[in-house]
Parts: sequence; C-alpha cells; structure tokens
Amino acid sequence: MRISYAGVEAFLLDMSEGPFLDDIQTRIWSLENILKKKTEIQTVILGANNLLATFDCEKHEAADIRQILHTAWEQAGSAHITPRELVISVTYGGPDGEDLPFVAETAGLSEREIVALHTGATYRVAMVGFSPGFGYLTGVPKPLAIPRRNTPRVSVEQKSVCLGGGFTAVTPSKGPSGWHILGKAHCPDLFDVTEDDPCLLRAGDIVRFVSA
Amino acid sequence: MMLEILTNAPLNTVQDLGRAGSLPFGVSCGGVMDRTAFILGNILVGNKPDAAGLEIVFFPFRIRFRQDCVFAITGAPAKVQLDAMPLPACWSMKARAGQTLALEAPKKGMRSYLTVAGGVDVPTLLGGRSTDIKGSFGGFEGRGLQKGDLLSCGTTTASLPVPVNGLGLAAHPPMPDKDGVELHVLPAAEYEEFTEQAQACLVQQPWRITTQTNRVGFRLEGDSALQTRNPLSLLSHGLLPGTIQVPPSGQPIIQMADANTCGGYPKIGIVSEPDLSFLSQMPPGGWIRFRMIDHEQALARLRAHRQYLRQMAEQVDTAKSHILTK
Repeated sequence: MRISYAGVEAFLLDMSEGPFLDDIQTRIWSLENILKKKTEIQTVILGANNLLATFDCEKHEAADIRQILHTAWEQAGSAHITPRELVISVTYGGPDGEDLPFVAETAGLSEREIVALHTGATYRVAMVGFSPGFGYLTGVPKPLAIPRRNTPRVSVEQKSVCLGGGFTAVTPSKGPSGWHILGKAHCPDLFDVTEDDPCLLRAGDIVRFVSA
Repeated sequence: MMLEILTNAPLNTVQDLGRAGSLPFGVSCGGVMDRTAFILGNILVGNKPDAAGLEIVFFPFRIRFRQDCVFAITGAPAKVQLDAMPLPACWSMKARAGQTLALEAPKKGMRSYLTVAGGVDVPTLLGGRSTDIKGSFGGFEGRGLQKGDLLSCGTTTASLPVPVNGLGLAAHPPMPDKDGVELHVLPAAEYEEFTEQAQACLVQQPWRITTQTNRVGFRLEGDSALQTRNPLSLLSHGLLPGTIQVPPSGQPIIQMADANTCGGYPKIGIVSEPDLSFLSQMPPGGWIRFRMIDHEQALARLRAHRQYLRQMAEQVDTAKSHILTK
C-alpha cells in the first residue's frame, strides 16, 4: 500500500501493482463505501486501483486520517454493490467511428471481428472521473487493449464509443480525447447537472454494447 | 437587487468557492482562482466566504447598479471608478441605483473580484454557484457575461452596514511581480521517482509561465526538462487543483481550479494555499521559482492563512461598528 499526500488536506491511496486489476478495484469500491460513512473524510475520488480522500486539517490530524485509511483498507472485503445493468446500442464504424479501421489493423483483425469482440464482452464501470459523467469501463478483451493515439484529437463528439489505455467508454460531452473512436452510442445523456445523482453510470454498474 | 452588465466579457464569470464535493462525478472543483482575494471581498461586504461574486479578467469592464447596493472590489488592483469617483484598492462602498462601476486593467495581477452584499443570486447546482465553462452549466446561464445580462443579488444578512465613505483593507494581500515569485511545494506521490537532477532543477531553475495558461492549468517552461528515473505508466487517479504534473515532455503543468478530476501523468509536487491564489495572479511570461517544504510546514502555512482570514473578518466588523457609532 502506498499512501502519499495529494494536497495538504488529501491523501492518495494507491494499491496498483502495474496493470489494472479487477480484484483490486472491487476492494477499492468497498473502501469507498467504508470511507463515505466516516465523518472525518470529506470527499472520496475513485481512481483505477487507487483512491483519493480529502479531510479538514482544522479538525483532524493527518496521522489520524492515515490510520483511518489503513484500517478501512484492512476491513474492505469485496464490495456489496448491487450492480445495475445497462445495454447500450452502438452504430459502429463509418463517419462516427473513424478509428475502427485503425483498431482492426492494429489488432490484426477484421472490422467485423472488432465489433464482435466489443459487443461480446461484459464491462463494469471502474470509476467515474476525468470529465462530468465519464465512466471508465473495464473488461476490454485483450486484442482491443491498444495504446492511446499519439496525438489527441482536439474535439470528439458527445456519445462517442471509444477505446483507450485498456478501458472503453462513452464520452458524455464533446471535448478533447486521445482515445480511439469505434462508433456512436444511442443512450440517454450520461450527465445531467440538474439531478442530485447526475451520472448515468455508477462505479460497479454492468454495461454491454449491442450493434445498432 | 439587480446588476446590469454593460460590457461583453465572455471570460468574466460568476464564481464562488467551487464544487469540491462533486469531484466524484467527474465535475471540476471550479470556483474562483484567487480564493484569498475573493474571500476578503466577501468579508468586506459582510457575506459568508462562499457567497457568489464576479471574477473579472477582461478589462475594461462596466456594470450598472439597478438598485442601491453594497459592493467591494478586491484582487488585482484595477483602476476602479464609481461614476466619476475613483476608489482605492480592496475597497467596499455603497452604490446608489443608477450608478455605474468601471474597472480598467490593473498594472499588476490578472484577476479582480466584485462581491455584493447578499451575493450574486444564481441557482445552486451540484453544491455550487460557480460557472463551469467547460460543462456550460452553473453561474449565469452556464456562460461568461454579456452586455445586457441582469444578475440578481440575494438579501444581505450582514450584521452591520458599510460606513458612508466605504471601508477598505489597510494592508492589501501582496500581488506578484512578473519576476521571481516563489511558490512553496509539497512533494507529491512520484517525487522520489524523479532523477536527482530533476529534483534539483525543480527548485534551482526559474520556470516561465507559458501562454498556455488558463483556468484549467498553468503550463511552465524551463531550460532543463524533468525526467523520471524510469518510464512510469500510472493508472488514472484523482487530481486536485495545485498538483504539479510532469508529462513526457518534462515541462510541468500546474493544475488549476477547472482541472480535470483525474489524470495519469507523474506528479512531482503540490502547490497549496495561499501560494495557489498568489500564482493565479501571475501573467503568461512571468517567472516563478519553487521551494520544497514538508507537510508540517505546508500545514502551518495553510492554518496561518485561514487564521489571517478569520482575523480579517473580525477586524472588518470591529472597524465598521467603530466608524458607525462614532
């Protein structure tokens, strides 16, 4: 376990051992559940095999918070999350999926095989972050875990289905991205600022894609 | 109470202290860049620290008061005039209905703040009233201000009114010069992963603030790039404003208020308050230096800063009651 300062009033607890591991993430979710109930902890930000927790230095000593993180990690078994299941319809390839040929070439497969692989897998939301409502989906089949683009695109359309760094995702809003675009999702908005729970995806949710 | 915006200024926005509680949704913290100046502005008009006000980075900027209103201008010392009357820096004053407030570009600093008694009354979304420009929500219609916008203000709950001639701070918080600003830095998670040469360069060489500098981040440029001992491939992790990331180019980026909530570049250090507020007033082309401190020192600086703000709130109230009863 590596615990380091992420701010004067924040710790980053990093449990990663190289590549992303689902088992560690399950325990990270459980850790998040425990920490959310602690009055000493202000905000918990999930990462990939890591977690950031903030506290108020006027009320608590850093050493005490560190101890809370240690103890909570020991208590964190597998998370008791009842996953919701979402099925998202996707138009693969074409103008809204311009990297499908590149991904196929890189993987040494046909475009049809790439789509079959992407729709055949079951994904889970590892965490939400980066931009509002952006869910990192884990469970990407090995041939699809290709490196990000060398040069990020300045702008990628909303609801683009993309691949990057071993994750897949649907972009909640238009913005820059270094991920490869496979297609266009047909689903409700992934982020609605007017809702108390503004994100369509929650850590632990199960997501499947089907070809439109 | 209404404020009428008289200048098109898409980068001037309604801000408060941000939405730190919404980071888990992927929503940037946001809020004012110079928290010190903004909190002092709210103190001067008798507001709570997190009442919403205006962050002004585009000058000249003009507004008209539709009704009588107590306001304050803090931050970068813009040339401020209420109709024909020039106002000192860090000053609060009562404006009469129909009066116009004009701000011209400050000689030092980048951001001025307008606070009003009662706060700018825009809807609270996800725990904050600040404008999220990237997400186009919050603040006034999720965007920067335009000529003709009418902003409502809340009802003031201040215990004391402002004296007739206004009231200001005798000692202004320092504004950085273009050169030689020193920022205190706490080592971050990957500090030890950087070469000894990189650790030395971080504090020994001056860093220039590039033109790629905005509310998301400040990109820096130095003679020697910062390298890690071995190539690092990190998984995405939560990121707070103030974090100094080092991308493969070796030229650091300091994350600011509108930073993304997650990142994957190695982190060499963390700039905290009050230094982050100070940095936010630096222009592109300005030079900064870093000085490493440990957590205990960083904590002491933060606590002293908060104590200073609490004292200012008490002193302003004491000064008001003294003047008003005289």
